[in-house]
Amino acid sequence: MRLAKTSGIAARLLSVLITLFGISVFIFIVLRVIPGDTITGSLGIETGVLTPEQIDDLKRYYGIDKPLLLQYFSWITSFLSGDLGFAYSTGVSVLTLTASSLPVTIELALFGTISGVIMGIAIGMFSAKKPGSARDFFGQLFGLLALAIPGFVLSTAIVTIMANKFGYFPNGYEYMTPWEDLWMNLQQMLFPSIVLGIAVAAPVMRTTRSALLETVDKDFIRTAFGKGLKSRTVQFRHVLRNSLIPIVTMTGIQFGYLLGGAVIVEKIFALPGMGRQILDAINKREYATVQSSVMIFAILFVTINLVTDIIYRRIDPRIK
Amino acid sequence: MTTKKQEKTWVHYYFKSTSGVVGAVLVLLMMIISICAAFGWTTHDPLAQNPMDALQGPSSTYWFGTDQFGRDVFSRAMDGMRRSMTVSIVAVGIAGFIGVSLGVLGGFLGKWLDGFVVRLSDVIFAFPAILLALAIVNSLGNSWIDTSLAIAIVYTPIFIRVARGPVLTIKELDYVKSVRVLGFSSPRILMSHVLPNVLAPILVQIALSMSWAILTESGLSFLGLGTQPPDASLGLMVSEAQPMAAFAWWTLVAPSAFITLVVVGLNLVGDGLRDSLDPARRQS
Amino acid sequence: MSKPLIEVKNLTIETAEDSRTLVNNISFEVFPGEAVGVVGESGSGKTLTALSILGLLPRGVVARSGEINYSDSNLLTASEEYRRSIRGNQISMIYQDPMTALNPVMKLGKQLFEVLEAHDLLDSEAPQRVFNAFKEVGIPEPDRALVSYPHEFSGGMRQRVMIAMAMILSPKLLIADEPTTALDVTIQQQILALVSEQRRKTGMSMLWITHDLGVVANLVDRVIVMYAGRIVEVGTVKEIFTNPQHPYTHGLLASLPKSNVKSRERLMAIPGVPPKPWLVENSCAFSPRCTRATTECFNETPSLKPNAFTKAACFHEIGTSQ
Repeated sequence: MRLAKTSGIAARLLSVLITLFGISVFIFIVLRVIPGDTITGSLGIETGVLTPEQIDDLKRYYGIDKPLLLQYFSWITSFLSGDLGFAYSTGVSVLTLTASSLPVTIELALFGTISGVIMGIAIGMFSAKKPGSARDFFGQLFGLLALAIPGFVLSTAIVTIMANKFGYFPNGYEYMTPWEDLWMNLQQMLFPSIVLGIAVAAPVMRTTRSALLETVDKDFIRTAFGKGLKSRTVQFRHVLRNSLIPIVTMTGIQFGYLLGGAVIVEKIFALPGMGRQILDAINKREYATVQSSVMIFAILFVTINLVTDIIYRRIDPRIK
Repeated sequence: MTTKKQEKTWVHYYFKSTSGVVGAVLVLLMMIISICAAFGWTTHDPLAQNPMDALQGPSSTYWFGTDQFGRDVFSRAMDGMRRSMTVSIVAVGIAGFIGVSLGVLGGFLGKWLDGFVVRLSDVIFAFPAILLALAIVNSLGNSWIDTSLAIAIVYTPIFIRVARGPVLTIKELDYVKSVRVLGFSSPRILMSHVLPNVLAPILVQIALSMSWAILTESGLSFLGLGTQPPDASLGLMVSEAQPMAAFAWWTLVAPSAFITLVVVGLNLVGDGLRDSLDPARRQS
Repeated sequence: MSKPLIEVKNLTIETAEDSRTLVNNISFEVFPGEAVGVVGESGSGKTLTALSILGLLPRGVVARSGEINYSDSNLLTASEEYRRSIRGNQISMIYQDPMTALNPVMKLGKQLFEVLEAHDLLDSEAPQRVFNAFKEVGIPEPDRALVSYPHEFSGGMRQRVMIAMAMILSPKLLIADEPTTALDVTIQQQILALVSEQRRKTGMSMLWITHDLGVVANLVDRVIVMYAGRIVEVGTVKEIFTNPQHPYTHGLLASLPKSNVKSRERLMAIPGVPPKPWLVENSCAFSPRCTRATTECFNETPSLKPNAFTKAACFHEIGTSQ
């Protein structure tokens, strides 16, 4: 038994590694189709003034004179040894940049996921109680609108109402980490978390609702009632608990996506997270930064998926 | 010719659901608007500036008011819808074609091709849509073709997955196995047995993917990575509206409403298709 | 004549939305200590009748009229809280498929603890009670069973767990809905023996639902035969097996591999299928398949009346077959 289990995990890890390798190749290919390159990006118009020899020197300096394959390998090897590259425009290493931006994104993703999951499960339960009723209609309407109204619209609306009408906009001030100023940090996380939470709540609500409806018709729920259990006990301990698996899986996926998918929200609410880092690097044509940052994000996402997978296998005793 | 008979029935079921009908109406409405914009049949010229009429509220002349340059917001929204709709159709068309082909071939032929196809979709799935589209658009450019291509790449994996699933199941069915043993050529099997069953989930996915494509496209143009000013695009209109929205709400509401309505419509259509095409879910 | 433990009077069950009749005006009693078998094909309404006693009818089905009298209360109109207090406690039920009837992600011990908890009996004695309950039903290694999950056990074992769960509070009435249908023949016998044994020990009443007339022969005291939502015959086991009066009952017996019917009758299944109950409200439901049917049978519903041997709802009882 033990042996089979270990080789199962080993097989999955190997698969994950192959996927990560594929991801790194993919990132590299996508970003190397750039018409402009780092030199033009950092120097702009002045590039035209340089002599061909100067350009060659610069190319050697930035490491972009070698053939693509070699560039890929040198990137990968340095990446794996902790050297994520250098962000020429800001003068710090990508590692340093990420060390301060990643926690922001993680904090935001956590708040967004937690609020979204709570909202989603609550509304899902509310809807599933009486399928086809008015409350179900409103619950599903919420799910639909939460999905259809783009995050940037919601964010813009919040900015308009809060900042311009009420004059309350904590995100207008310099960003504070939780250690520097917890209260300010929480306020700055408030609006973006709501926006992301609503986006997360939509699929979570759908999953919850359909899982609940499917479970409620199952025989063992009838047995639970037949034992004399109170309705509330049955709802939570039997119906919800058995619906958890798809909800947990969905939560994991949402959290993973929020890490990179919060780009727009980070920009609108001026949060110095990874998304903004990538956005800025793209605008400045710093593909070294973009490459490594996106790679980090992909690693995180794949890891989260793996962890979610492991968690859900532990929750469900039926899986060996 | 049983397929014709089946099609008649599913359409019948589809129109029985109110939400499906509402969705179809919304999508049709937006398509009509897009087509009108394409022919230039808008209430005003989307680019025409009338500084004297700037920032007026909705009226009979300007159905959705004007923006800070005196441009008619409604016409601009129409034009923006046209752009979003075009990108969405092209992107989903490409993604659908490539994704379904890869999914069906991989699922049917198996072995290394299938392994590669699955791995490829895993790789692309590892990125959230907006991030990947961002990176690709940055490499390619801002034109609508570039945006379409980027979105197509992002949404190819879901078509691979949707097409591959039924193929795998069907492949194992006894009657398909026996037909293969009898020597029927693979392409023929594919056409007559496999494709009809894959069609339904693909149709559903097309509707859903189109809604995501519109969201991604407007997200990109919101960030300034799509249509450039002074051209109109829904995302761009939203971002331009922010400084003025507090006292000129229509500049924000118009593009937002257009996006929301078309996305709601497409989702309802997708759900309606799903319910009416799956015999198990139909209500008698 | 003692008072019945439970009395079902004029019970009618319909679909909630379009009021299609599923069980049509049935009445019967179960006396303390007696075992009653309810026999019928699928669609006869036997399971719905059983479920309605405990108020466990599925969504979309309601008990539209009638009474179910238990302990001076009408269970159909009693408060939900009262009904809840009876479930698992005074009246228990076991179900057909033990795999789906048990919560797949909850340990078996916990599922039994829940019965105690539902009736405020969760105290320091509880673990011992549950342990004993497992032992009583013949589960080997009860302490391992306490922490096991349903999928780790076989079908027969799971059914034993269900029986333990139903019996742990010594109910006055056990309702069994085809608990052996999904099991192996040999296991079936074991379960039947177990249940009979439990009955003998506790003196509880039993309502045993089945489609197999053969099963009830050595198990119950009286038999109720249902067809298309109605009761068509009632009698003791002896009466039903030796002198069935209703042609349907007679046909059921004839189709048994081993029966008490005269050896001259051939073994045959009754040709045709039972009709939907809501389509035959004004005639004898069995008439299309009946060899003895006349015009009267097609236009009027026979009511249950006593005859020389049993009570039957028929215009043309068979009479003596001896």
